[in-house]
Amino acid sequence: MENSLLVSSSPHIRSGATTQKLMLDVIIALIPATLAGIWFFGVNAAILVAATTLSCVLFEYLARKALKRSNTIGDLSAVVTGLLLGLNLPPAIPVWMAIVGSFFAIFIVKQLFGGIGQNFLNPALAARAMLLVAYGSKMTLWTKPLTSAFNNADAVSYATPLGVLKEGGDLPSLIDMFLGNRGGSIGETSALAILIGGIYLLARGVISWHIPVFYTGTVAIFAWMAGPNGLFTGDMLFHILAGSLLLGAFFMATDYTTCPMTQKGMIIYAIGCGLLTMIFRLYTNMPEGVSYAILLMNVATPLIDRYTMPKRFGGAANV
Amino acid sequence: MAEKKSVFSVFFNGLIKENPTFRLLLGMCPSLAVTTMAKNGLGMGAAATFVLVCSNLVISLIRKIVPDKVRIPAYITVIAAFTTIVQLLLAALLPELNKQLGIYIPLIVVNCIIFARAEMFAQKNGPVASIMDGLGMGLGFTIAITVIGSVREILGAGTWMGIPVTVNLFDPATIFILPPGGFMVMGFLVAAFNKIFSDKKADKKADTKAACAAGCPGCSKAMHGGEA
Repeated sequence: MENSLLVSSSPHIRSGATTQKLMLDVIIALIPATLAGIWFFGVNAAILVAATTLSCVLFEYLARKALKRSNTIGDLSAVVTGLLLGLNLPPAIPVWMAIVGSFFAIFIVKQLFGGIGQNFLNPALAARAMLLVAYGSKMTLWTKPLTSAFNNADAVSYATPLGVLKEGGDLPSLIDMFLGNRGGSIGETSALAILIGGIYLLARGVISWHIPVFYTGTVAIFAWMAGPNGLFTGDMLFHILAGSLLLGAFFMATDYTTCPMTQKGMIIYAIGCGLLTMIFRLYTNMPEGVSYAILLMNVATPLIDRYTMPKRFGGAANV
Repeated sequence: MAEKKSVFSVFFNGLIKENPTFRLLLGMCPSLAVTTMAKNGLGMGAAATFVLVCSNLVISLIRKIVPDKVRIPAYITVIAAFTTIVQLLLAALLPELNKQLGIYIPLIVVNCIIFARAEMFAQKNGPVASIMDGLGMGLGFTIAITVIGSVREILGAGTWMGIPVTVNLFDPATIFILPPGGFMVMGFLVAAFNKIFSDKKADKKADTKAACAAGCPGCSKAMHGGEA
């Protein structure tokens, strides 16, 4: 019953969409990025993604049971959370740490606030942020792609493009960054794979174009304006391809529960995400800010919704 | 005013039924800020207990001669005097702990547990009952923040009272000794405490009373009269 109650602003059209179908589409859209991550980071990446996915579903089941609520693993939202969490982790962290992240995402962020549709933060991103604070050194140990990462001992520290920007070193070529041959989280490196998934989501109507376009657009314009050699000298493409921007813009900022409902709201939200991301990237000591930017705008979403609520036809001028 | 209660029920009241941290949710600032280590919780609790007992006693003694209109400044003066004593004692005897607790020792002056007990208990009760109330509340506070400190220290630093305890078990998660961990541990402990000790009937009664009484004076009366 609760699965069929999708809230959006009027007018409404009955569409046969269910949570399960939408989530299945998101899972299908994530397959290219997952495969690319496994291709570039090896078996360890596959184990991590499998572990987060399975443990998220398990925790969803156990949490609903413990809180005496109906079983909701059938809506597949826990699978999506698990996949996204796995794709947001660095390839060399221990499996148990990933499972701690799953527990945090599902039990604390999602179920304690009421389950699907009630969480005020994106569970996967909140878990990533928690792990980053809890296990800082392991969460920032990146590995070189296309090496034999069969065990953690082989993993050599390797800078991400944004890390290089902060600390100096050789930047990967834009082609490498587009294909995914660079350091980073499991699922964020291959822009190509993410774009394939993102276009699938857009074509299926699962997400609207507003958030991805305005988010990456804001980042591009900001990057171009605030270039290293003065105004309008920045490298737009680098900032679009670096970090987890595309993964965030297509898959995480667009989470139904935590993004605004109206188009106007989505645009404000996406621009906010873009500005915060670039502020974090350029003016703080953190190399990457996509996850924090999206989390902060998640928190601002109720406020945005309140001020962008559409007026009733013929309704009062001021609400 | 509630019926006369035995001094023991007054004492145990502060431990569980009206545990200042877990039930009344008073004194949140020190409960979250100094509990990065069990030892700090213990030290903070002891300091606050001392001030609470002494100020309860003095306020109870002077309750009939202080005019109602100036009672708050009078209480602050009393509490500030004892806080200063604690601070000077700590600085002289336990400089290490004093450094760890820092600003939170002077801030005992405005600790709402001490204020709440002065307002809700000491100004209405005799000195012996007030001392017992101060002891019970102080002990309840000390136990609560020591527990919070222990959980945070074990999970966040892998030690307890400075002794390593989890060396080969798991990697400590730094987040627990940072502010977000404090809020999480606090929330879970409050939930667990209420689950274990909640007396559903009494809660319901207190709830309805609190709901119909208007404003803070009504609330404090309901809290007080609820179990009479």
